[in-house]
Amino acid sequence: MAVTDILARLRAADQDPAVRLPGEVGIWIFILGDMAVFGLFFTVFVYERDDHPDLFEASRDTLNITLGTLNTLLLLTGSLFVVRGLNAVKDGRSRVARRWLAGAIVTGLAFAVDKVVEYADQAQAGHGISTNHFYMYFYMYTAIHLTHLAIGVCALIYMRGLAGRPELTVRHVRNLENGASYWHMVDLLWIVLFALLYLMG
Amino acid sequence: MSARWDRLTAVWGTLMAATLASWAIGTQHGHDHDVRRLATVGVIIVAFAKVHLVGRHFMDLRGAPVLLKIAFTGWVVGVPATLVTIHLLRS
Repeated sequence: MAVTDILARLRAADQDPAVRLPGEVGIWIFILGDMAVFGLFFTVFVYERDDHPDLFEASRDTLNITLGTLNTLLLLTGSLFVVRGLNAVKDGRSRVARRWLAGAIVTGLAFAVDKVVEYADQAQAGHGISTNHFYMYFYMYTAIHLTHLAIGVCALIYMRGLAGRPELTVRHVRNLENGASYWHMVDLLWIVLFALLYLMG
Repeated sequence: MSARWDRLTAVWGTLMAATLASWAIGTQHGHDHDVRRLATVGVIIVAFAKVHLVGRHFMDLRGAPVLLKIAFTGWVVGVPATLVTIHLLRS
């Protein structure tokens, strides 16, 4: 089916009151496209890992699983905060919404700090992007993800600003939903990255 | 609070528990080949089950247009199926 047909179907579906698209069609095209790209990343990684299982296992052994786990817990909690923030906006409780979104921003920043600590540890151990293919994928994928996260934190700051407005338009609510959907994508991509890079043995 | 609050808390708790369980498994060092292969399949399935929960409850895809649900579910099922197949055939 052509993208234009999909767009038309999605738009038509959104007019049915029982069916609700969270955010706009555009953000979902982007999210699904990004998920498709990461799906390829995951496949390439698993394929190559099975070519060099011992090398990949020895390299994985040097990762700090506790820091990786902490980051997963942070993003899951941040996602919950964003849902609560969005629900609070829709209920007209803007102060509560701003507090939830501030909490989500803190989880995002904490994730970045954790990641930088991890990169520093790896660098100190002499593991760089060109050390071997495991580290190449590790740095490349986590850095691409970290870029997504940085954009997400900016979106959350913008959303927190919107949530504080006395009057919200349909456009504003759409933007809040777009930002929330994007943030959850950052969360779900990390869930899989964490499993493949840190846990796959 | 509302049922919505309870549902979200339960989903979040499940996700946190699954993450901690993965951490416990991930820090174990079993060297038996078959055990490692199976553990990896388990790790992949748990990860995508978590993604499913995030999509359904946090992204609010429960009431989304059917095409979006199909695309998302296609990813949540298709990607791990591919990964597990590659892993089992090649490891």
